[in-house]
Amino acid sequence: MTGGREMTGARETARPVLCLCGAAVRVGGRTLWSGVDLEVGAGEFVAVLGPNGVGKSTLVKVVLGMQPVAAGEVSVLGGRPGESGSRVGYLPQRRSFDPSLRIRGTDIVRLGLDGDRWGIPRPWGARRARERERVEEVIELVGATACAHRPIGRCSGGEQQRLLIAQALVRRPEILLLDEPLDSLDLPNQSAVAALVGRICHQQGVAVVMVAHDVNPILHHLDRVVYLAEGRAVCGPPSEVVTSATLSRLYRTPVEVLRTGDGRPVVVGHPETPAVQGGPHAIAG
Amino acid sequence: MTLATAGPSAWSQPFFHHALLAGTFIALAAGLVGYFLVLRAQVFTGDALSHVAFTGAMAALAGGYDLRLGLFAGCVGAGLLLAGVGRRGRADDVVTGSAFAWILGLGSFFLTLYTSSRSGVTGGGAGTTVLFGSIFGLNGGQTLVAVLIGAGICVAVLLIARPLLFATLDEAVAAARGVPVRVLGLGFLALVGACAGEATQAVGSLLLLGLLAAPAGAAVRLADRPFLGLGLSAGLAVLEMWTGLAISALVPTLPPSFAIMAAATAVYVATFLFARLRAVGPAVVTME
Ligand SMILES: Nc1ncnc2c1ncn2[C@@H]1O[C@H](COP(=O)(O)OP(=O)(O)OP(=O)(O)O)[C@@H](O)[C@H]1O
Ligand SMILES: [Mg+2]
Repeated sequence: MTGGREMTGARETARPVLCLCGAAVRVGGRTLWSGVDLEVGAGEFVAVLGPNGVGKSTLVKVVLGMQPVAAGEVSVLGGRPGESGSRVGYLPQRRSFDPSLRIRGTDIVRLGLDGDRWGIPRPWGARRARERERVEEVIELVGATACAHRPIGRCSGGEQQRLLIAQALVRRPEILLLDEPLDSLDLPNQSAVAALVGRICHQQGVAVVMVAHDVNPILHHLDRVVYLAEGRAVCGPPSEVVTSATLSRLYRTPVEVLRTGDGRPVVVGHPETPAVQGGPHAIAG
Repeated sequence: MTLATAGPSAWSQPFFHHALLAGTFIALAAGLVGYFLVLRAQVFTGDALSHVAFTGAMAALAGGYDLRLGLFAGCVGAGLLLAGVGRRGRADDVVTGSAFAWILGLGSFFLTLYTSSRSGVTGGGAGTTVLFGSIFGLNGGQTLVAVLIGAGICVAVLLIARPLLFATLDEAVAAARGVPVRVLGLGFLALVGACAGEATQAVGSLLLLGLLAAPAGAAVRLADRPFLGLGLSAGLAVLEMWTGLAISALVPTLPPSFAIMAAATAVYVATFLFARLRAVGPAVVTME
């Protein structure tokens, strides 16, 4: 692998790169969630699950330092959130590009590398060559070489998603925050992207926090699951949290966890029961 | 300053040299600013500023100040105001449309105020100047100011180009990376305002939008690399400016604003033909 930090096998002993302690968040006058404790070590793959509007994206924004906490402590890479710059990679929720946008995928990835620098890039020099090499390398890592030179507006949703993951990875972050990266992907692409993220996480020691709605494609890559519901968080290894009892309680609708032939768990909702809609299970206050 | 009439001998006249010099920098600024205007889908803002350009200039005249003072103050002020309203919380079309119609009405009020206080002929002339531009009427001092402001706008756009591009294409990630997205948006619209004031001198407030949008629109269609597109937009704008000025100098009946806009429109239309030709070729993606 090309990554700088090979951490395979050292996962249990790694110091936490991300730490929430009794954190609470208020948006628009109401508390979304409170008393959230979470520790993520280097090379750990954590999924954030929960119903719509419960504050999953807000949790990601807290880690990015774009949303202040109302209570508790947040520490990111030993500092305050928002101060780690390129050491945190971010993929926002539901982003697609205008079909008429003619900018190439490589240029979008490249902006992740040097987009925060002033001026215009110099088209010559050793630095330029190094940067081009890095962009190519990361695009190859996510398997998007074939579409990187096409206008990004003309790439399919899955190809765009891979390029955007490349953009988040290009500065070799230590924490990767992915907000619903599997959204709008077909099943093979979901498992391919999930496997890709799992590989980056475990082989390069990058801590991954992934917001997801469908836990199935990522389930066997996960080290830990955070379920946000009813204003609090339940946190634990998948074998403890991903159970019929816990999920049914959190989603307030019958959810079953079954085993496939090879023993992998699969989460299934009951088709007859209408989901509890849009319930931001917020605590008034 | 005598009102210059173009003709075959225009090449050697100082007014033509002034126009060429000022026009080059005006076009450079308009090309660079216009590229981001098109990418950010804020071309309508440029249209709005053309109304303000007229009213600002007329207000300055009515108040007894230099026309350009009102032009720049009005455009930059309106640019900042529009940035304050924000990209998302934009007022709806009806509100914006009525507001700018009202601003234009205000401009005609100032024009009347100005003409009734002075001799009617020059007042009407000032109105026409602002509406249609008077690039052949620039004297040495005015040319110098236009060149300096144009160069300043270019330097400023190039300085913020990369983070602005990042914020334009990918606002959420840019913000998370620490790019000052809001400040950049504000600064950019201030630059659009300055550029609108600058370009009004060349093509007038009515045709301003063409100079901002046509070369940039062509560049966006032609180039798939952002900084190549930026350069192409500026290059096309300068070429169209030169072509327009040359045509206007050769054929005195064609005013420079018309000739510049004709060149700009021709290039823009040509990009559609180019896209069609490319679509016929082998390595193609389907046309919309
Ligand atoms: N800036 C804001 N002002 C007011 N309310 C906000 C703001 N941002 C988010 N909210 C509210 O906070 C709640 C949580 O939003 P968030 O985007 O974190 O939900 P989510 O869990 O990511 O949902 P989804 O699964 O639909 O993406 C929502 O009810 C939303 O309306
Ligand atoms: Mg969300």
